[in-house]
Amino acid sequence: MPEPFVKVTSRVIAINRANIDTDQICPARFLKITDKANLADALFFDWRFTPDGKRREPVSFIDEPHNAGRQILLAGDNFGAGSSREHAPWALRAWGIRAIVSTSFADIFSGNALKNALLPVVVSADRLVALQRLVEARPDGEWTVDLEAQQVTLPTGESFAFTIDPFARTMILAGTDEIGYVRSKLPAIEAWEAGHPARVDTREGAAAR
Amino acid sequence: MAEKPRTLVEKIWDAHEIASDPGAPAILAIDLHLVHEVTSPQAFTGLRERGLKVRRPGQTVATADHSIPTTDPSIPIADELARKQLAQIEENCREFGIPFHGKGSPTRGIVHVIGPELGLTQPGMTIVCGDSHTATHGAFGALAFGIGTSEIEMVLVTQTLLQRKPRTFRVEVTGRLQPGVGAKDIILALIARIGIGGGTGHVIEYTGDAIRALSMEERMTVCNMSIEGGARAGLIAPDETTFAYLKGRRFAPKGAAWDEAVARWRKLPSDPGATYDRTIVIDGDKLEPMVTYGTNPGMGVAVTGRIPALSDVEPGARDDLERALAYMGLEAGSSIAGRKLDVVFIGSCTNGRIEDMRAAASVLRGRHVADGLRVLVVPGSQQVKAQAEDEGLDKVFRAAGAEWRESGCSMCIAMNGDQLEPGEYGISTSNRNFQGRQGKGGRTFLASPLTAAASAVTGVVTDPRTLAAPRSAAVEAN
Repeated sequence: MPEPFVKVTSRVIAINRANIDTDQICPARFLKITDKANLADALFFDWRFTPDGKRREPVSFIDEPHNAGRQILLAGDNFGAGSSREHAPWALRAWGIRAIVSTSFADIFSGNALKNALLPVVVSADRLVALQRLVEARPDGEWTVDLEAQQVTLPTGESFAFTIDPFARTMILAGTDEIGYVRSKLPAIEAWEAGHPARVDTREGAAAR
Repeated sequence: MAEKPRTLVEKIWDAHEIASDPGAPAILAIDLHLVHEVTSPQAFTGLRERGLKVRRPGQTVATADHSIPTTDPSIPIADELARKQLAQIEENCREFGIPFHGKGSPTRGIVHVIGPELGLTQPGMTIVCGDSHTATHGAFGALAFGIGTSEIEMVLVTQTLLQRKPRTFRVEVTGRLQPGVGAKDIILALIARIGIGGGTGHVIEYTGDAIRALSMEERMTVCNMSIEGGARAGLIAPDETTFAYLKGRRFAPKGAAWDEAVARWRKLPSDPGATYDRTIVIDGDKLEPMVTYGTNPGMGVAVTGRIPALSDVEPGARDDLERALAYMGLEAGSSIAGRKLDVVFIGSCTNGRIEDMRAAASVLRGRHVADGLRVLVVPGSQQVKAQAEDEGLDKVFRAAGAEWRESGCSMCIAMNGDQLEPGEYGISTSNRNFQGRQGKGGRTFLASPLTAAASAVTGVVTDPRTLAAPRSAAVEAN
């Protein structure tokens, strides 16, 4: 079960590119696992390693020593495009990332991230540019992403508010997941189903062939 | 008082909304849950940890498609992880009572191919699967979308999902497609226009004469790639084409239930006067065969066209274009046609259905693939494979020098050993050209089955409308 999460204070890794797809975040060949183990190694794997498995030289920014342990990612527009693999947020979390700041997130990625207490923080295009400049100017400045206050505080002392799905926020702050909530609604679900018979029974017809 | 006109999406939504607390997402009933081996194992582990059962196994169905080899099924699976994953789905289905169309089953196949061909996919349904190409089922007028593994667990446990109502996006494709232009070209042209994030937060409804004229297989191709435009779902209102496709299929309603179902389905199309959050119109008459040149599906041009010059794109997109062209080894401003190929892949949930096989065979009949080129034809399901073999298409492919495989996702996602080698160029009828998608360092051109097959003959990216007549069709077809 997840643990309550309120805020993170960390230096920032900036990736100034748009449309980072989930095949970059976690390549498909790492999806053959049946658990969630060792996914930190898969994160941005093909950016970090050559096709024959050698660490790239110079090393990818992800592997630069000064980026180790950083928990906030600043990325370009439409982060998490492509496949529905939850392995992408799992890999980011396994690496240590707790919040991603971008102008937009792909729908499925965004939902998957929230279910793993990985915060998608949406900012305007102008703000993204300003934040990218800030990381360039103060690469070791610490930011705080505060879910409870829905506020990001920058090393300059400035801060700005962000919006996030209020239901997901409640779940993450409490460290609970949605299944318990929906199971508490089972009477309503059963009542609905009583009036709406299933359209198909996938178990039928097995003997008909 | 007259009811407010509603869109197809709104009607399906209203019919499935069970409850919603203030501030919380709606609890949406799910009619059909499709499961495959790659994204489900951790969800079943979650069920075991919670000590819960699958609530509605009769509304759940599973298959093996992503990591399964497409080689001779009698050969043991060499990849230990894949073998373990395939054993796991079988065990999970047995333990939780879920019907499994697995290895050796004549109904196994890509999850988005078997749902429709079994008649499980029906108009007005809500359909989910741990796979972003679930939008495929929208071709039947179903609200179908991809979900993550946490959501898979939610659906297994509750047969519902927490969802916020999506915004609606109408894409009208007018006119009539020219010969040589097909469904794949419509969707690649749309994504080139709106970009890969253009549909984020929306569900697309495809309308217009060019859409109405499409077969079900073609409609599935269009809806399949909605996610490549950022839209989690894309759908098409059901009509006579839909009903004709479904009638008599294994899980389609029978007898009086069929008539009742059709009467219900006829009420689904969007009402006149229904409004959408966004609308665009595409002129179907003017579409040409499309090919991608870059590293996302929005980087596409007409096969007669040129790769954009840096000055053609907005300043903010130049980095993206430069990076993509560096990876692809292509020059800005140059022609896309004539690019040398190493591999041709015909298959996937986008273009692995029987009509796609027929389209590719129509080009390859009486012709031979270019020297040194590897051509993989991978049917989308074992039923597609059997149908194609009944029609003699396998012989056409083999005579042309192509490989004819067992069904599966294959080189679309390159998890099963079918992959591009570093640096290789492939033209592919699949849906994603992301870096490394079809194999580490592999370079992908996305295109239609006609374009891919024509390119197989020449060994370079080729406009299918320009291919010379076959040498001797009569002799080769035997």
